Amino acid sequence: MVALAQVWDWLAKVPDPEIPVISVTDLGIVRDVAYDGDTLVVTVTPTYSGCPATAVINFEIEKALRAQGVDKLRLERRLDPPWSTDWLTPAARDKLRAYGIAPPIDGTGAQGVVAGRINRLTGAALVVPCPRCGSEQTQKISQFGSTPCKAAYQCRDCLEPFDYFKCI
Amino acid sequence: MAVALDLDVALFEGLCRLGDSTLVLGHRVSEWCGHAPVLEEDIALANVALDLIGQTQLWLGLAAEVEGRGRDADRLAFRRDVWDFRNLLLVERPNGDFGHTLMRQFLFDAWHQPMLKALEDSHDPRIAAIAAKAGKEVAYHLERSADLVIRLGDGTAESHGRMQTALDRLWPYTGEMMMSDDTDRALAEAGIIPAPDSIRPQWDAVVAEVLAEATLKAPDQAYMHKGGKQGTHSEHLGHMLATMQWLQRAYPDSTW
Repeated sequence: MVALAQVWDWLAKVPDPEIPVISVTDLGIVRDVAYDGDTLVVTVTPTYSGCPATAVINFEIEKALRAQGVDKLRLERRLDPPWSTDWLTPAARDKLRAYGIAPPIDGTGAQGVVAGRINRLTGAALVVPCPRCGSEQTQKISQFGSTPCKAAYQCRDCLEPFDYFKCI
Repeated sequence: MAVALDLDVALFEGLCRLGDSTLVLGHRVSEWCGHAPVLEEDIALANVALDLIGQTQLWLGLAAEVEGRGRDADRLAFRRDVWDFRNLLLVERPNGDFGHTLMRQFLFDAWHQPMLKALEDSHDPRIAAIAAKAGKEVAYHLERSADLVIRLGDGTAESHGRMQTALDRLWPYTGEMMMSDDTDRALAEAGIIPAPDSIRPQWDAVVAEVLAEATLKAPDQAYMHKGGKQGTHSEHLGHMLATMQWLQRAYPDSTW
């Protein structure tokens, strides 16, 4: 049987299908790797309930491990605790920024309407620095960007549109 | 006198009520794909639909497991007839214009978010886990729909008029969210799904606050439609299902 550390190393090379600069372990979605008898069990949590990449991610994990000769393999889903952007590794955040996606600003997830109201009343909107020029003069274009996990922003200085990987 | 309900039967019903509401609203919102007034809103609507359909897979997946008759989430979504659907009447209302769609979304989100929050304390850990997951997504839905209701309500004369019309037309469908029947009471008593009327204070507060900021006025009308949760639907749902289910009906169990 292959050592679990080796399996984690292999998984660290499986790219996220939507954002291929980060891996499934960078994203923090691999929750556990263990043996059940002689079967390797990889436990994965979905990012968003409806994320279409979830099925592809499972397929890619299975393909990568089978290519390494793992033949007794089972993938399991775990919902609890729900995935959080807090689990993105520091390295993943740097990779996202270099790729042109603003990484999540921890602790700023939506709390429902109350947070929105405070933002509206005080103008204390979230400051998301532009991943290209670093300017803090940016504005939210839409709560939802190219995928559910991102919001659409634009930089007022370099004028580039960019994705913000929002907190959840 | 109400007959004591088998708790698993009530649980299956309760899960269908949650899952069918997210399914029907998810499908309705997805009808906007490629038709929204601007690209950003088109994408936002599609993303909201995606979240709702993802949540449906979790709710109906659990419903099928509880039922234990070998069905799965797809089978429940695509092979049941209209009278077997348990969604709220509000979510089957046709889209209307963009403002109408957002008003429907807001009235639902204002219930959905506190309901999921309460479900996190369900005695059934499977339900609590789904609610914790879905609740994070729905917090974003509510922020967006509330913001847009305010922006359009407190906007131009044209947008204000459309939002007020949407509110007047949708209002009689909001009461059902807070109404209880024997199924709801059995589930609430068992600590599995909170009583619908326990969400009322939070719904009232959020709706009053947002409508005031949006300069919109809730109708005085007290009459509220009901029946969706028991399977009595408007004619609109059958038409929607005909579109949504035709492939799986025409080619049962086919895979590709």
